[in-house]
Amino acid sequence: MRMFSFSRFLAVLMKEFIQMRRDRVTFAMMIGLPIVQLMLFGFAINADPRNLPTLVELNDDGPIVRSVLAGMETSGYFDFRGVVHGPDAGEDALRQGTANFVVVIPADFERDVVRGLRPDILVAADAADPSAVGGAAAALSRIVAGAMAQTLTGPLAAAGPSPAPFGVIVHRAYNPEGRTSTNIVPGLLAIILSMTMVMITAVAIVKERERGTMEMLIATPVRPLEVMLGKILPYVLVGYVQTAVFLVAAFVVFGVPFEGTFTAFFIGFNLFILGNLALGFLISTLARNQMQAMQLSFFTILPSILLSGFMFPFAGMPGWAQGLGMAVPATHFIGLVRMVMLKGADSGDLGAEFTALGVIVLVISLAAMLRYRQTLD
Amino acid sequence: MNGQQAIDVRGLTKSFGDKLVVDHFDISVPRGAIYGFLGPNGSGKTTTIRMLCGLLLPDAGEGTCLGFDVRRQAQSIKTQVGYMTQKFSLYEDLSIRENLDFVARMYGVRDRRTRVSSALADLGLADRAGQLAGTLSGGWKQRLALAACLIHDPQLLLLDEPTAGVDPKARRDFWDEIRRLSKAGVTVLVSTHYMDEAVQCDFITYIAYGKKLIDGPSADIPGMVGLTTWRAEGPELAALDAEIAGQPGVAQIARFGSTLHVSGVDAAALEATVRRFEARGIHRWSLQPAGLEEAFIYLMTGARDNFSRDAA
Repeated sequence: MRMFSFSRFLAVLMKEFIQMRRDRVTFAMMIGLPIVQLMLFGFAINADPRNLPTLVELNDDGPIVRSVLAGMETSGYFDFRGVVHGPDAGEDALRQGTANFVVVIPADFERDVVRGLRPDILVAADAADPSAVGGAAAALSRIVAGAMAQTLTGPLAAAGPSPAPFGVIVHRAYNPEGRTSTNIVPGLLAIILSMTMVMITAVAIVKERERGTMEMLIATPVRPLEVMLGKILPYVLVGYVQTAVFLVAAFVVFGVPFEGTFTAFFIGFNLFILGNLALGFLISTLARNQMQAMQLSFFTILPSILLSGFMFPFAGMPGWAQGLGMAVPATHFIGLVRMVMLKGADSGDLGAEFTALGVIVLVISLAAMLRYRQTLD
Repeated sequence: MNGQQAIDVRGLTKSFGDKLVVDHFDISVPRGAIYGFLGPNGSGKTTTIRMLCGLLLPDAGEGTCLGFDVRRQAQSIKTQVGYMTQKFSLYEDLSIRENLDFVARMYGVRDRRTRVSSALADLGLADRAGQLAGTLSGGWKQRLALAACLIHDPQLLLLDEPTAGVDPKARRDFWDEIRRLSKAGVTVLVSTHYMDEAVQCDFITYIAYGKKLIDGPSADIPGMVGLTTWRAEGPELAALDAEIAGQPGVAQIARFGSTLHVSGVDAAALEATVRRFEARGIHRWSLQPAGLEEAFIYLMTGARDNFSRDAA
């Protein structure tokens, strides 16, 4: 009795391909969805929002005020929508969400500046969503200082900002323009791959059980490994297609660079796909029906998005959460993809990521093989 | 290989959680026989069949199936057994030919193409081979399923309620095929609810709530149950039914068309009761050779009592 029959494995593989081809909706989803998601999220997500609606409460007017406001407008963060009168009107606008910022210029502002009394400009921000206003707020003092330096010259220079005794230069390496898409797009590959890979394999085995075909299948001499490989390999191919489509779109549409070596990417990418497929397989041995399989898959997707460093900085999480995040394959793959695509890493730089992914693949596969039974019990 | 027995198992036991589904089941099936497997729903028929073909691992018990150990050689048993599941279990999104071809590949059938084509021709589906299996009617699905489990020329067929939901004509054709296979030396174990199918079996075993109640050649079953049956003909059988129920010796009353069959295991007490009713001169009474059907209704009633005792 042979332990592995290549022809049976091939038969399962061909059957999967035929079924995949007949299930048009799923097939379209596997190829079309990544593109749609990439376009949608690649363009939609912006961690550094600009053109935020802003109102001004003008209690004084003059060349200094105008130059401050002009500086704010040219920074791109603030979009002046109009002037309000009195403190209540500004507060209302913030509460109703018609404005993210209200800039209050106090009375006698120009005179106090010239007298060197250092008056305050109040910028009220709607910080209910801190990330929406954070970038603009952080840029404010720089903008105002810049505007002042241009206006307060000659005898007025004393009222202007005094230069710090030393300079600080920030070099934004790997993404000098701070573009969100450069950060988001490589991460999206990890999310899209985990979503399709985990979900489709999770459903693949459960579907056989739910339709009763599993009973016929295991009544034949077919071996678990033949079924597992035969069912998984077609989806590895799907993963390849998704990634190819993705890389082309990332380069052509978003201009995301690919600085590193392809070998490094290829090794990491295969490990990641294997990990996801094994995870899907494990889920399908746990779930009793397709609904449960979907729910369990979703359970694994959320940490991939929230704990992996895709949405929020990994370093910002408390230690225990980082530990959890380390168990998520997407964490390592996102790190790896960013290193390869943006930082020009080659295989030698990625030992830690490869090891982590390898360990995860091994553990999950082992669990899946132990859970898969050749019987119906 | 132990000569004549296709299946020979003893003490087969299986429970799911704390529910005992099959309780020390013995069965011995001679080669080439048609063995009927009867019992009410949920009696453990499907579980037993699944244990015989290696789909479930028995908790206890031992024996052989086609000479292979049921516990350790499930893989060898699978190559020689054709198992037809209760529910249609081929791929509905594969065509008829693709399904047969897939199953043939699973068993490593030699000359696969020829074998599949001849199976299609035998089925009368050669011109519809490209049709998806899911679009077939119930009767055709059942024929396709049978063809699929015969594709590797198994020595033993395990059929789990193969004719449920199939029209009478298709059922008759199906049984013609079963008898033909049996003549050719294939052993058939078939579970069923239909009495007209039970009488076609060479042997019958009846199980209820995981326990075997009776087992033997089908002709001997009524005798083994030990029922005496009287037939009453005449007017107002419903009234008679109500009146005679619970009288000494009366264990079971069953209506057959325009007659009433009154049975019991205590022949003397039953006869005394019948004579009393006969003396009224309303109904004609005659002693009737007990049939399979009465025997099984009797067994089923007994089993239900047995179960309610368990539950209490």
